[in-house]
Amino acid sequence: MNISILDVLRLSFVALGANKLRTFLTMLGISIGIAAVIALLAIGTGVQEYVNQQFASAGSNLIGIVPGRIQRGGPPSGFGQQSVLTMADYAAVSSNIPGVVDHAADFTSAGNIVFGSRTSRVQISGVTPSFAQVRNWPARKGRFINDADMSARSRVIALGVTVVKDLFADGEDPVGQIVRVNNVPFQVIGVMEQKGSSFLGDQDAVAYIPLSTAQERLFQALAQSKSGDRLISTIYLQAETDRDRLLIQSAARNILRERHRLRPDEPDDFSVISQQELLDTFGAVTSVLTIFLGAIAAISLLVGGIGIMNIMLVSVTERTREIGLRKAIGAKPSAILGQFLVEAVVLSVIGGALGILIGIGSALGISNAVDFRPIVQPSAIALAVSFSAAVGLFFGIYPARRASQLNPIEALRYE
Amino acid sequence: MALTATVQPPVTNGNGSNNTETVPVIDIRDVTKVYKMGEVEVHALRGVSLQIHKGELVAIMGPSGSGKSTLMNILGCLDQPTSGIYRLDGVDVGKLSDNELAAIRNKKIGFVFQSFNLLPRTSAIDNVEQPLIYAGVPRRERRERAKAALEAVGLGNRLDHHPSELSGGQQQRVAIARALVNRPALILADEPTGNLDSRSGAEIMYIFQKLNMERGITVVFVTHDPRIADHTRRVIRIADGQIVSDQPVADPIIACPEEPLHGQPKHKYFL
Ligand SMILES: Nc1ncnc2c1ncn2[C@@H]1O[C@H](COP(=O)(O)OP(=O)(O)O)[C@@H](O)[C@H]1O
Ligand SMILES: [Mg+2]
Repeated sequence: MNISILDVLRLSFVALGANKLRTFLTMLGISIGIAAVIALLAIGTGVQEYVNQQFASAGSNLIGIVPGRIQRGGPPSGFGQQSVLTMADYAAVSSNIPGVVDHAADFTSAGNIVFGSRTSRVQISGVTPSFAQVRNWPARKGRFINDADMSARSRVIALGVTVVKDLFADGEDPVGQIVRVNNVPFQVIGVMEQKGSSFLGDQDAVAYIPLSTAQERLFQALAQSKSGDRLISTIYLQAETDRDRLLIQSAARNILRERHRLRPDEPDDFSVISQQELLDTFGAVTSVLTIFLGAIAAISLLVGGIGIMNIMLVSVTERTREIGLRKAIGAKPSAILGQFLVEAVVLSVIGGALGILIGIGSALGISNAVDFRPIVQPSAIALAVSFSAAVGLFFGIYPARRASQLNPIEALRYE
Repeated sequence: MALTATVQPPVTNGNGSNNTETVPVIDIRDVTKVYKMGEVEVHALRGVSLQIHKGELVAIMGPSGSGKSTLMNILGCLDQPTSGIYRLDGVDVGKLSDNELAAIRNKKIGFVFQSFNLLPRTSAIDNVEQPLIYAGVPRRERRERAKAALEAVGLGNRLDHHPSELSGGQQQRVAIARALVNRPALILADEPTGNLDSRSGAEIMYIFQKLNMERGITVVFVTHDPRIADHTRRVIRIADGQIVSDQPVADPIIACPEEPLHGQPKHKYFL
């Protein structure tokens, strides 16, 4: 009969309990490492999720087409005068491609909005009424642009929250008021839902007017090509599924290349971008961030592991006589190995558990200080637990082997 | 309080080697032990042959450095001879693996050291339990057997004392309880009374004689003290790594402590 697993555990706990301060400090080394892993992974995951949400709020499976060529993540770099999108382009891509469930267009320029003595300088977008659905962005108060506004080229405006704050006093109802946009009077018909600010900037510093009003009244000169076509800043196409999105993207590209009479060797003079692609790009960045944070944390875990090895080596030396005695009364080498290995693993696993609590605590602490919410995933906890056990095994095996191979007589004679 | 006269130790014939009827517990032939210290070779044992039979009580004497501890360590399966054969209960120990040797140390042999070697900060009963842990004995049974072993050495009222709270003699008795808790056939003790005063030494002899006579446990111990050695029926003398004499004791002293072992009622001394 051999020593039972339970007794190996019991012996290990007794030995760890014999030097509580040292046990605690050694555990702390692992705890800090694990806490760092948990907290930093939580931050990484939180940032990822935050980015996802920012894009998700723009509407799902949304395709945007803009004039000129943009580098991924960089600003648009136009081709000068030729690279424009026209109303005819919009009509062609929005009505000829199967799978497009909704679409919208805007023409955007900067403008001054004045109310009384206050001024707000923001992006003013002329949009089709469908813009609110396509961008998943309704009016919170009043209403958004409708078809009647569009056909009548009405001078009506829906304001973003930032503009409302700039122009109106607290509690003052903007709906129904008359504001002047580039000196033209507009009636406020609605206030947009608040989007908040993100890494994309303040999304509420906007104002919406009918596309027809923008093209034919407010920005008449700007919104006209040399050949007299009316211009578009962005075409939005809404796909139902991810598969549709890819088909629509290539169909739109073919139509526009043909319409713009591009030779096969010429690059596109427009860009078809999808929310999914942006998401993928940012996703790549944020996963690098997560890995990087994880690597930093892993280093601190390594340091904790070396701490365990050091303490276990000291402990084996200090307890040489005890090991000799245990061997003399019949402990097999495997029993000694087991005891010291279990001690190391218990140290690291309990240290790890403590670290998980500290990590979750600091993740919660961080969430009070930042915009995004750190997310502690169960997989991160599983990772931390198995990692700390592995650290204990890895760094415990050498001291434990040393203990198990001691010669009993020499060990008993050790001073 | 004398031992009951009806219990007699098995008769031995001095050197024991003529007894061919039973397999000796200990049977060593031409055992040598050489320690290599760099260039220098120390011949600690130079060809020792010895048989000890079941139920014997044997003292080993000899000057310091004569090889007594070396011999005891080999007999206790803690060390291996450089050459020669050691048969324990007929089993050639030299052919056993580390694990098999550990099992023998655990079950067949109880070893008692001069310096007690108790685990510090550990109660007497927990110390005595240790060999049973490695034997895989369940916890409840362990405690009962450890308690019984401590009672057998007169420490039934010191179960939860730590070594630092016990006298030298009491500590050595805890160590003896630990040696006998797994019901060994053989108890080996290397100068068990070396660190003790004469009264505590007599108590140890009393326990050894009792275990020997009442349980038939073979006891071999090392001592420098002729009076202690005279508590046995056979004294082996070693000098310079060789046996120089192996003689029966004509009139063994029967140990009789002046008072009962530290306040234990008589009937609880032994099982
Ligand atoms: N581990 C060792 N290494 C080298 N020499 C040793 C070792 N153990 C014992 N010796 C030597 O072997 C001889 C016998 O020692 P030992 O058996 O301890 O004698 P005793 O117990 O009779 O005093 C001594 O000369 C001692 O110095
Ligand atoms: Mg010695």
